[in-house]
Amino acid sequence: MIELVSESRCIKCNICVNICPTNVFDRVPDAPPTIARQSDCQTCYMCELYCPVDALYVAPESDMQTSVNEAELAEVGLLGSYRENIGWGHKRTSTAKADQTFQILKQMK
Amino acid sequence: MLKTLTTDFELDLEADVLVIGGGPAGTWAAWSAASSGARVILVDKGYCGTTGCAAASGNGVWYVPPDPEARETAKASRESLGGFLSDRNWMDRVLNQTYTNVNQLAEWGYPFPTDDEGKPYRRSLQGPEYMRLMRRQIQRAGVKILDNSPALELLVDDDGAVAGATGVNRQTGTKWIVRSQSTIIATGGCAFLSKALGCNVLTGDGYLMAAEAGAEMSGMEFSNAYGISPAFSSVTKTLFYNWATFTYEDGTIIPGASSHRRSVIAQTLLQQPVYAIIDKAAESMRASMRLAQPNFFLPFDRAGIDPFTQRFPVTLRLEGTVRGTGGIRIVDESCASSVRGLYAAGDAATRELICGGFTGGGSHNAAWAISSGYWSGKSAAEYTRSLGEHKTQRQVKGVGEVGLQSGSARTLATNEIIQAVQAEVFPYEKNYFRTEQGLTESLGRLNHLWQELRNSQVTSEKELPRVREAAAMVATARWMYSSAIERKETRGMHKHLDYPELDANQQHHLISGGLDHVWVKSQPLNSKEKSESKIGALV
Repeated sequence: MIELVSESRCIKCNICVNICPTNVFDRVPDAPPTIARQSDCQTCYMCELYCPVDALYVAPESDMQTSVNEAELAEVGLLGSYRENIGWGHKRTSTAKADQTFQILKQMK
Repeated sequence: MLKTLTTDFELDLEADVLVIGGGPAGTWAAWSAASSGARVILVDKGYCGTTGCAAASGNGVWYVPPDPEARETAKASRESLGGFLSDRNWMDRVLNQTYTNVNQLAEWGYPFPTDDEGKPYRRSLQGPEYMRLMRRQIQRAGVKILDNSPALELLVDDDGAVAGATGVNRQTGTKWIVRSQSTIIATGGCAFLSKALGCNVLTGDGYLMAAEAGAEMSGMEFSNAYGISPAFSSVTKTLFYNWATFTYEDGTIIPGASSHRRSVIAQTLLQQPVYAIIDKAAESMRASMRLAQPNFFLPFDRAGIDPFTQRFPVTLRLEGTVRGTGGIRIVDESCASSVRGLYAAGDAATRELICGGFTGGGSHNAAWAISSGYWSGKSAAEYTRSLGEHKTQRQVKGVGEVGLQSGSARTLATNEIIQAVQAEVFPYEKNYFRTEQGLTESLGRLNHLWQELRNSQVTSEKELPRVREAAAMVATARWMYSSAIERKETRGMHKHLDYPELDANQQHHLISGGLDHVWVKSQPLNSKEKSESKIGALV
């Protein structure tokens, strides 16, 4: 579930509020959005992909809350890691071009 | 009674074609309708581009070049798995249309990879990229998009033809009405808020709205698809479990368990935890796997697990009719429902036509969304043109019931109703392994839940979208289990423990419908004639 909206990274663009398919966030005037309905989070990671500044973190546990530490997440490179993996963001190229599904299906029994 | 919901609209719009749902099927529908010259509005409960199960995933596509031998293999491969309920004519149509439209995606700039012979490879789509592109394309085609705007009920005219919908913006509270000459339901299937990847927006809303307007369902007994995921996670991507070993807690191998034989996994999970390890993937393939499905590795990387060398607990999450094949009945090649002016596409429509009673996995589902979306958009635009000039003069009324009509003064306990319906459809012993007794008992409780919804009152407008979701889930479960009771055999994904064999006399479709009074009828393959009603479960 979504566990973090980083105060220091967030630029208050509210893109996450707009694009979350299950309406988890609420916008707040002059402040980062709040996680208003955490239990509605479906752990789809779409908010992370659309966040232009890697300010969000979705923990892998989908049925329970966990505590996260922003500094540690940043240090191990997990803030924005999925966005990096799919090649979204400034000066990156979509990794869809590198999709190797054909290699995998070749080896399917 | 919140009568203002159906009378007082801040946003009053007109369209030739209204598309409800912004996933692959909805966006293809909107694009083809707009390309045919129609004025199109697309509304989505979430955000068109991120909503639905395709956006969050890697998607295989049933993309087969027009080579007779390859096409024959593609058609034959799943006929037996689907219990021989599919239709070769529809398969041909879908294969042709999907081939054309996927090539169109390449022209629009989707970055398809090339294979090791340097040829373009177009059988796989990365969901976020695909759906971001679709949103851009429909905007270019002039489609007006209302995001975060769940539709709550359909409108019909004096002749009973569907004439648009009403809804609310769930963030601003703005109430909207779209008056349209034709309407396409592309709201996806129903996974009952199971948190299977990207599936929580899929709560059967379109089925409920369509049924209230008089539409029928087909194949609702084929609704018990479960996806494998790490026990802690939402990521139900099953492809790589082809290279997994499944074990008990003590590390011994579970006999017969595999990604293809999920029933063994389900059986075991009824007694004890099941573990998996992707240890059959050769070293050289592991990098390819990461490049093919980055999202598969996300929960592992974040939980500090190496799935190739470390065992991890797995579970099966219900994907219901999202990967099942049931949905709104399609009456002809235009993807029309049985109600005039109403069309259905993607997971919201029955997929039996190409899959029979067994999910095609991502690839057939993606192909069906593309082609049924394309056809429904084109047909809806043509239908609108055929209505001519007097079309805007119609008197319309909303036909939504639960939550939109007054019940008694009793307040709805929506969350309790949702948990109660989940308790009937999640458990493997009820839905995966079906029995006459189990289905009958579940149906009794589901009928009671429906009655409770009917007799209660919504107290705040904010609550309404969730109440409608709850009602849609209860209605869906009742069509599912009423159909499942009627199919006294094991066919496709419908496993009936009391009737473990396929019965040649039951090679027919089961059509269902109704709200307070749920009914099921059998219908011979390739026929529009219906046999007489067999069961009627009056609440």
